[in-house]
Amino acid sequence: MKELVVISGKGGTGKTSIVASFSTLSQRKVLADCDVDAADLWLILEPRILRRESFSGGRRAQIIEKKCTACGKCQEVCRFDAISFDGSANSLVKRTYRIDPIDCEGCGVCAYFCPDGAIDFQEQINGEWFISETRNGPMVHAKLGIAEENSGKLVSLVRKEAKHLAEEKGLDLVIIDGSPGIGCPVIASVTGADLVLVVTEPTLSGQHDLERVAKLTAHFGIPTVVCINKYDLNPEVSATIEARTEEAGLKVVGKVIYDPAVTKAQIMRASVVEYTGGKVAEDIKSLWRHTVYALG
Amino acid sequence: MPCLRGSYDQGQVDWLNSQMKIAIASGKGGTGKTTVATNLAQTLAEEGRKVTYFDCDVEEPNGHIFLQPKIERKDSVGIPVPQVDMEKCTGCGLCGQICQYSAIVVINKKVLTFPELCNGCGGCSLVCPVEAISEVPRQIGVVEEGRADGIRFFQGILRVGEVRSTPLIRQVKRSLSSCDGIKIVDAPPGTSCPVIEAVKGADFVLLVTEPTPFGLNDLKLAVGMVRELKIPLGVVINRADVGDDEVKVYCQAEGIELLLEIPDDRRVAEAYSRGELAVNALPEYLPWFHRLSRSIEKSLSQ
Repeated sequence: MKELVVISGKGGTGKTSIVASFSTLSQRKVLADCDVDAADLWLILEPRILRRESFSGGRRAQIIEKKCTACGKCQEVCRFDAISFDGSANSLVKRTYRIDPIDCEGCGVCAYFCPDGAIDFQEQINGEWFISETRNGPMVHAKLGIAEENSGKLVSLVRKEAKHLAEEKGLDLVIIDGSPGIGCPVIASVTGADLVLVVTEPTLSGQHDLERVAKLTAHFGIPTVVCINKYDLNPEVSATIEARTEEAGLKVVGKVIYDPAVTKAQIMRASVVEYTGGKVAEDIKSLWRHTVYALG
Repeated sequence: MPCLRGSYDQGQVDWLNSQMKIAIASGKGGTGKTTVATNLAQTLAEEGRKVTYFDCDVEEPNGHIFLQPKIERKDSVGIPVPQVDMEKCTGCGLCGQICQYSAIVVINKKVLTFPELCNGCGGCSLVCPVEAISEVPRQIGVVEEGRADGIRFFQGILRVGEVRSTPLIRQVKRSLSSCDGIKIVDAPPGTSCPVIEAVKGADFVLLVTEPTPFGLNDLKLAVGMVRELKIPLGVVINRADVGDDEVKVYCQAEGIELLLEIPDDRRVAEAYSRGELAVNALPEYLPWFHRLSRSIEKSLSQ
């Protein structure tokens, strides 16, 4: 069983549209939406949820107001400026300390050092994950709660469940829709994968971000191939990206033409190859064949 | 030439001396955050205001491509990570118990550290009963400071391979309070911790979206996040004529102010692809951003 991860560095280059098309073109696979912050694949694949589980990304500290003696130890040890002296009064003191849930990083140092046991440090529910059925096969996806932390842990969980599911059903491939950037969720989605497909666009920003994300996959030693989406938007930058990609020892496995049909397909809740048979669909099919070849 | 919605009058706007912090965020990536942030910064500078631009999309910072700043200062950013003196360590295991990130673990009385997982809370060194743990800085990126055409410029660049970007974003924003004038904070995409770190403390959040199902879905998440932070917000629709009307319907239903609609103009996309500011490459866009600056001001004074 193999894992293919589609990422982009820069956001909005067309990752999810391409993954949706791959879901139409491929057989015997599980889909995993690892862009847990802003998951969009479900909008096209309209999953029927079969199983739903809650996710805990960590703990969070909270002052138990009636026990607080206002000694100030918690504020002294907190490195994240999450604690302020503006909580309400209790029977012991006129003012208590208060922890801002958004600033709290969940390190628990305050709870450990509170001499009065006045800080609660409980597991938090930070999101949900799902196993679903779609018209293009099984899918594992998730929803991180708003303003929540630890998307990397949720990404790892979605990947693990997708792999389990593929093994259970005897399927040979997991296609992962990743998130933009090069940080925690991206690292969690690519480490140990069989192939990374980076979808970029012919803009200086696209090129800059591709170079950073390619450095990241090289750092983790993951085989990487590149797709230039909307390549005709700026043929010059496209050519530069192609040349520099090859200089870096990577291969451009596909170039996809700009076509407003991509947006129209999204509005119709269809993948591009379901929606149109035009050149853009041909380009995506060719990209898929070359990606499968690179996957081995 | 696409039509102008509303008109810009040349009257002096009274937030000339504004100290406002405006964050530009989006939920979905690639909707035009950096386009809006850099063009707005340039427009404000041309209006004669003091402007500082902060690129807090430290994983993929792109503002420099458009603003072309001259970098005058570069500071390495580190977070404190534990260093264990094995001579003093008794293998008691307290450090491993307090650490929530598995950055320090004790197995068979032997201490192992994983600095890339450490978030620098300092719990291990505080809890160690024999003072065997000291803290040493570990570099996670750099903050660069410079000057572009009338704009003060800061950006964070995360070291490739680093997991946690929030401490670096915090460092980029440290200069916010010492900067005079309007502050534009370019946030990363998404709605989780790095975005919150970039956006919190702002006086106003501009959410840039596009009129598609993906744009709308991610806008809803971003609105939820900004409301959680209790910051006033407004929406900019980019490539406003490529999709459907659902974003507008949503904004209306939620009472969210639509501050600007930028049309789908291939020339803007091409200028972007070459790393040029729309207001420089296509001067007819300058009034659009003047109007945006005035809309934000109006929205805040209400």
